[in-house]
Amino acid sequence: MSDAANPSAWQRLLARGGAARWSLVLLVLVVLAAVFGPMLMSGMAGEVSADQFAAPSWAHPFGTDLHGQDMLFRVLSGARVSLAVGIAGALIAFFIGTAYGLVAGYAGGKTDGAMMRFVEILYAVPRLIILLIAINAFDSRMKMWLAGIPGLVSYSRIVILILSLGLIEWLTMARIVRGQVLALKSQQFVLAARSLGQTHWKILTRHLLPNLVGVVIVYLTLTVPAVILDESFLSFLGLGIQAPQASWGSLLADGAQAINPVKSYWWLLAFPAATMSLTLLALNFLGDALRDVLDPRAEK
Amino acid sequence: MVAFALRRFASMLLVLFCVVSITFFLMRSAPGGPFDRERELLPQAKHALEVKFHYDGTPWQQYTAYLSRLMHGDLGPSTRYRNRTVNELLAQTLPVSAALGATAFCIATLGGVLLGGWAAVRRGTAGETGAMFLSLLAISIPTFVTGPLLILIFALQLGWLPVGGLGSPMSLLLPALTLAGPYVAYIARLTRTSMLEVLGQDFIRTARAKGLAEWRVVSLHAAKVALLPVISFLGPLAANLLTGSIVVETIFNIPGAGGFFVNSIQNRDGFLLEGVVIVYCALLVVLNLLVDIAYPWLDRRIKSYE
Repeated sequence: MSDAANPSAWQRLLARGGAARWSLVLLVLVVLAAVFGPMLMSGMAGEVSADQFAAPSWAHPFGTDLHGQDMLFRVLSGARVSLAVGIAGALIAFFIGTAYGLVAGYAGGKTDGAMMRFVEILYAVPRLIILLIAINAFDSRMKMWLAGIPGLVSYSRIVILILSLGLIEWLTMARIVRGQVLALKSQQFVLAARSLGQTHWKILTRHLLPNLVGVVIVYLTLTVPAVILDESFLSFLGLGIQAPQASWGSLLADGAQAINPVKSYWWLLAFPAATMSLTLLALNFLGDALRDVLDPRAEK
Repeated sequence: MVAFALRRFASMLLVLFCVVSITFFLMRSAPGGPFDRERELLPQAKHALEVKFHYDGTPWQQYTAYLSRLMHGDLGPSTRYRNRTVNELLAQTLPVSAALGATAFCIATLGGVLLGGWAAVRRGTAGETGAMFLSLLAISIPTFVTGPLLILIFALQLGWLPVGGLGSPMSLLLPALTLAGPYVAYIARLTRTSMLEVLGQDFIRTARAKGLAEWRVVSLHAAKVALLPVISFLGPLAANLLTGSIVVETIFNIPGAGGFFVNSIQNRDGFLLEGVVIVYCALLVVLNLLVDIAYPWLDRRIKSYE
């Protein structure tokens, strides 16, 4: 089981063919475009111009928006924010969830019961709603706090989004890890390690953690699209990323408003929607394929 | 069993209490009050307003006063809609949200189970691949994309259904479909996986060996066991539908309670926000409790109330 991350898993993943491989290709393309795209485009692209609501053309492949900004530029810089929030948020969720699940599963008994009870209670709370309120309550405080660090103030919304989304998305990870640890800790290699007098810390980090890599990677891949969706939900409601910065969610909010009976500027909705949906689809496909390859419990 | 239900009930109340308290103090600790957006008020006038709307005294005094009013079923006044109480506002808007939520709930469970079951039975065919690809697509597209797209196609281009608002039962169809979409997909995936697992078990082979028709084997024998994971998902489903309805109500201009969330946060309308949070959380917790009680009753192999 500890061979979870070795080349053969990669080979098995790619041998699955079609979907998984195309997903990887697409994801690499999106990430490259998001990182380098805005840099390569001419400086004019992000500027406000008189060219309002221009339909897609060679000059503006994705059209322009209300302020005459190029939509391709907006979508790519939105991708930066959305992907950054998704990855960073998922990483935070991953650290908390893994640590929590490891401790709960390994401790067992009453500690485990209490810790998992807590997770269940959190599951019963509409987390995004509490998050909505919390972000609003802490936003200005966060700005003051970050004011001491030059260059970070304009990112305070992003920082607070990453932190808070990471803080709510760890529950599933904790459950999965704990289940795995429960199954693993009664196995003989753990018993052997314990009877050799190894410390709990060493058993956790040297023996249990390596065996969890596969499962954890799978759920990390599946947490990224979940966090991206959450972020876009908040931004869509106008409570996440705010102008002049953009994320996929805030672009979609603008796009949704542009669909009306009088005049529909479809490109404002279609291009951000297509980019975001394809990315999320690829991430979900990849996560599914990885789960089939790496998760020992997934039956096939 | 009774002890189990009682214990769950107690923890339910605890959850509600925590959520109410957290919301209350988060709201009060946020900068800016409900009366800041008006023209400059005389201190006396502002104080009079604060007294009238229960915003006077320290946060702790406000909190205890609020709790005691809650005990009497009084959710407090709204500072935005001055001549109405939160109770009145909710009584007016909740039925609308409930109708939308219930429709979406039915679409999601029925559609998901049928689609997933069909995919499991058609295992290995192009139909299964197609159905599962569609499901993943539906999960990946947020509702605020499918909503406007459905409006564009069915309301604006084809003119079959109304654009938004709430007139006829037909006007609930598009929003409910939008809201249910990702969950149809999620339940379909859940059903397919567990159905495939069950179809490989011995008792199914026995049923087939007895010469039962295939549809009987699947819909009576297998479904009874295979639907258990779906049932345990019904609680989280309700939670997600509740949260999702905030967005869908905004897109389709539906006068439900979800719209109050965003508005009341921006207007610092504390009691209205807390009222909505209480109702949503209570619904959610009760649904979770129902699922937990029904679960061991449905699956005799599990004794979760030990």
